[in-house]
Amino acid sequence: MHELSIASAILEAVRKEAEKRPGVRVSRVGVRIGALSGVEPEALSFGFSALVQGTDLDPLALEIEAVPWRQRCPQCELTFDVKDEGLACPRCARPETLLAGGDELDLAYLEVEE
Amino acid sequence: MDRIPLEKKVLSENDRVAARLRERFREHGILCLNLISSPGAGKTTLLELTLGRLPKEARVAVLTGDIQTDNDARRLARFGFPARQITTGGACHLDARMVERALADWQRENLDLLIIENVGNLVCPSSYDLGEAAKIVLLSVPEGEDKPLKYPAIFLKSELLVLNKIDLLPYVSFDIARAREHARSIHPGMEILEVSCTTGEGLDQWMQWIKRRKETFKAESAKLPTLGC
Repeated sequence: MHELSIASAILEAVRKEAEKRPGVRVSRVGVRIGALSGVEPEALSFGFSALVQGTDLDPLALEIEAVPWRQRCPQCELTFDVKDEGLACPRCARPETLLAGGDELDLAYLEVEE
Repeated sequence: MDRIPLEKKVLSENDRVAARLRERFREHGILCLNLISSPGAGKTTLLELTLGRLPKEARVAVLTGDIQTDNDARRLARFGFPARQITTGGACHLDARMVERALADWQRENLDLLIIENVGNLVCPSSYDLGEAAKIVLLSVPEGEDKPLKYPAIFLKSELLVLNKIDLLPYVSFDIARAREHARSIHPGMEILEVSCTTGEGLDQWMQWIKRRKETFKAESAKLPTLGC
């Protein structure tokens, strides 16, 4: 449960970006949260709205894009979403595959108004 | 309304501090290990036994993180090496700034090993780089063999898995072969040690692992160019 620390890091980053652009108002921030990032989107949304309330950035919307856990097979090059079946390649059955996505904890974009 | 792409890490500020720490550790030849597990898996006990086995002149220090109390630092200070508590006051993980603050007044030139005991938690510490050379995940037998599948991120990011409390294997339904298989399905090639802090089994291998890791750290550090910061 470190969603509040993550929410606060997002706000800190938004504030830094906003300072670089005087005269504009940030209305939305977009983040990408991977399934392996250890961050629960719902808890993040909740923590974020609690933190932003009453600050100079209020109202500021948070848009979360949830990214699935993906693996890539080094043998047949298939990239696949990991579900309950495990990490083996579903096409060629190679047991060892490589991480191809899902550890994201990224700031994707800001939406600003003049 | 305009959309401005950012494409940066949410934790880029933490990563920046961690990079600074990593550079300093490299400059002073300090191998930094970040020890992570659930609460009660045996991190502090493993550290007690580790410190107890080191010669008096060893250049080692420990930082230990907890939400409250300095009990762990007091347990670890008995061995005569520098031990400091980071009390996070609610946070479920250590971050790079906490580590930097805790190290601010330490004589780094007198160290060649720093072990950080993270807050007991298998989720959040995996997101925060502390500038360590390696993360180590500790999993104790009573916790169940499916932990690597339930908490894949930390097993993916850790170089070594220490399976602790193996003296309890006869009393719990823990299939150690399956635990190893699960860990390696998440992290192919992951190093795995089996240890009991009660009987001492596997501790020689653990001490050898640290010694070997110090050597590879020195060799890796010598290869990298100095960044000059």
